[in-house]
Amino acid sequence: MANPQDSLSREHGGIPWKHVIGYLLSIILTALALWVTFETGFSTRTILIIIFIFAFLQAALQLLMFMHMTESSEKKSKLTGQTQTGNILFAAFIAIVIVAGSVWVMSAGHAEHDHHKMDSKTHDMKMDGDMKMDHGDHK
Amino acid sequence: MKWDEFFVTGDPLIYGADVSIGLTVIGILFYLTYFKKWQWLWTEWLTTVDHKKLGIMYIASAVLMLFRGGVDALLMRVQLATPDSKFLDSQHYNEIFTTHGTIMIIFMAMPFLIGLINVVIPLQIGARDVAFPYLNAVSFWTFFIGAMLFNVSFVIGGSPSAGWTSYMPLAGNELSPGPGQNYYLLGLQIAGIGTLLTGINFLVTILKMRAPGMTLFRMPVFTWSALITMIIIVFAFPILTVALALMTFDRLFGAHFFTLQGAGMDMLWANLFWLWGHPEVYIVVLPAFGMFSEIISTFSRKTIFGYKAMIWAMIIIAGYSFMVWVHHFFTMGSGELVNSVFSITTMIIGIPTGIKIFNWLFTMYKGKISFTTPMLWSLGFIVNFVIGGVTGVMLAMAAADYQYHNTYFLVAHFHYVLIAGTVFACFAGLIFWFPKMFGYKLNERIGKWVFWVFNIGFNVCFIPQFILGLDGMPRRVYTYSAASGWGNLNMLSTVGGFLMGVAFLILVYNFYFSFRYSERENTGDSWGLGRTLEWSTTSAVPPHYNFAITPTVKSFDPLIQMKRDNVDLKPKIKDIKKIHMPDNSGVPFFMSAFFFIAGFGLVFEWFWMGIVGLIGVFITLIIRSFDPNEGYYVSEEEIKETERLTV
Repeated sequence: MANPQDSLSREHGGIPWKHVIGYLLSIILTALALWVTFETGFSTRTILIIIFIFAFLQAALQLLMFMHMTESSEKKSKLTGQTQTGNILFAAFIAIVIVAGSVWVMSAGHAEHDHHKMDSKTHDMKMDGDMKMDHGDHK
Repeated sequence: MKWDEFFVTGDPLIYGADVSIGLTVIGILFYLTYFKKWQWLWTEWLTTVDHKKLGIMYIASAVLMLFRGGVDALLMRVQLATPDSKFLDSQHYNEIFTTHGTIMIIFMAMPFLIGLINVVIPLQIGARDVAFPYLNAVSFWTFFIGAMLFNVSFVIGGSPSAGWTSYMPLAGNELSPGPGQNYYLLGLQIAGIGTLLTGINFLVTILKMRAPGMTLFRMPVFTWSALITMIIIVFAFPILTVALALMTFDRLFGAHFFTLQGAGMDMLWANLFWLWGHPEVYIVVLPAFGMFSEIISTFSRKTIFGYKAMIWAMIIIAGYSFMVWVHHFFTMGSGELVNSVFSITTMIIGIPTGIKIFNWLFTMYKGKISFTTPMLWSLGFIVNFVIGGVTGVMLAMAAADYQYHNTYFLVAHFHYVLIAGTVFACFAGLIFWFPKMFGYKLNERIGKWVFWVFNIGFNVCFIPQFILGLDGMPRRVYTYSAASGWGNLNMLSTVGGFLMGVAFLILVYNFYFSFRYSERENTGDSWGLGRTLEWSTTSAVPPHYNFAITPTVKSFDPLIQMKRDNVDLKPKIKDIKKIHMPDNSGVPFFMSAFFFIAGFGLVFEWFWMGIVGLIGVFITLIIRSFDPNEGYYVSEEEIKETERLTV
């Protein structure tokens, strides 16, 4: 319940161009990623590299355009500054845990010699192995 | 699709449910019309942005869902009570355990806790409402409509049947055809929006809207637990959102993220699900810890023991809860190293929880304890939760888990954690803050009956399941043979389940009895032992603006300090100033209605309907974005009149 005087519309006034541009650029980057995947004949590896680059670009873009990354801490209290730093660090930590952790969990042990990147014939055989939940380690 | 496929047919239980749903709807419509309550319903409830009313609506929905999930549980227990039972067929049984699990976690436990957080937290920090009251209404309505969409599956189209974890490939189109699993995906997705918004809303509320003087380390433990929970929500729920969206793409648009064909990774679903699912466990248990802390401290007449240790334990849990998820699928076969690492992290996370248990015990030590019903639930929690925790450490050992996993041992374990932790807390918190919501207490005598019947029933139900699990009874089986020898213990477990059902009925009777006969409170401090700001309001149920004058906090347990200093809580006339409050809005209600249309359309893959619904959602967003309304002022006269101040 902000005071009406501090409300967003008065503070910024007019159209929030920063957000509009950020939004349009995000859409363009997403569409480009789709286009690269569906319409170009690159190898899977190349496509992955390109769409990863687009993904990181878009993440950076959103942090800059929407998430107030560049706002200086002059106007803010020390606590707010600390909270923001802590928040960014925690977010980075969780992101690493989620991504690196998933890659590790999904590629270690039995999953290591049981990828799904194979043609459908051998795949059916592998499927039986996967669905058996109770088998131990293959090593 | 033909109409006889649209409605679920062929089962007398379902027809019975159809009739009772129809009669209930007619009854409600008749009541609202006959007593001319439509206007009241609309202005007082459906359009409200008041955190207290939204909280009450959350809790009411949660109690309703507790009933639905409880009936599911009893149906399962009836089926399992005897060997080779023919009460339910396997498909129906699968549907029931799926809806039981999903409803109890997503649509009962979370909204119950979020409801109590809604009612209590703004009062506890001395705020007039949450940071974004309109968003709070959107949160409630998206949760509510998500829950309704999920529940409709019961009579229209068929329920999901792949378990609340919805593992792939079982939940894929090949093995779960039809709309059932889509209900799960869309219902959870829509409700998840509400949860995420709640997370953001309360995070900002607690960080930015505390009364002057309430530093972070003067916040009550419940507020702290809510803050930590909201942090976990904000970081964990996007994982669920993405995982659900990917599976929706698999099912509706032929993608191959988790399918067996087309290089999909079926186990990646389990991985993502539990990356959200384990933090989710802490989302439903940390607010419970917070409530028990308040209740134990209040009724022991002592300040909480080891306040800072309590807080740091929760902060550590918040980070750690993201590092243990693999213990939900040790048997997936990720290898020794992965399993060992997650085994150890899982055992370590028991330590901060253990610290909290000892802090509660020491809070009671040498305290002058009043054995009120909220306190009884808290004591019951400590005993039963420790059983859940200890068996949890047993399951945490990956090697031993190969023996326990997928048996009733696990089922008993997590019910000891979730019922003794979350459900006990919901009951305790509801009884404790009931006078804050309605102005009278629930009857203590009947309340004690509820407690004892429920507790005995709970243990009679789940202790046999530990033994059944060790005897090798697998979970998620719809029947078993007489030769297995599991019959007697299963019968005993069913008896316990029905005792819990009886306790629920007594609780409902208590709502009615207390509404009729309970003495009305006339002070803000209903229990006479309040320590925190929510008990410092001038009337039992705070007015819509909560505090006529924002309180100033000088210490932890601020009300105790005020009582010691003999501060007069009644506001002075000269201090009264007009108060800025937000206006009610019907937009969140309509937005959720459009969400329902969109969700329902996508469930049946009627994409035109999904698009219409989503366009409706966008229109409500646009209406809100260009709404110049900036709230209104409560006049000084009105405040004086409400506070009964004579001029």
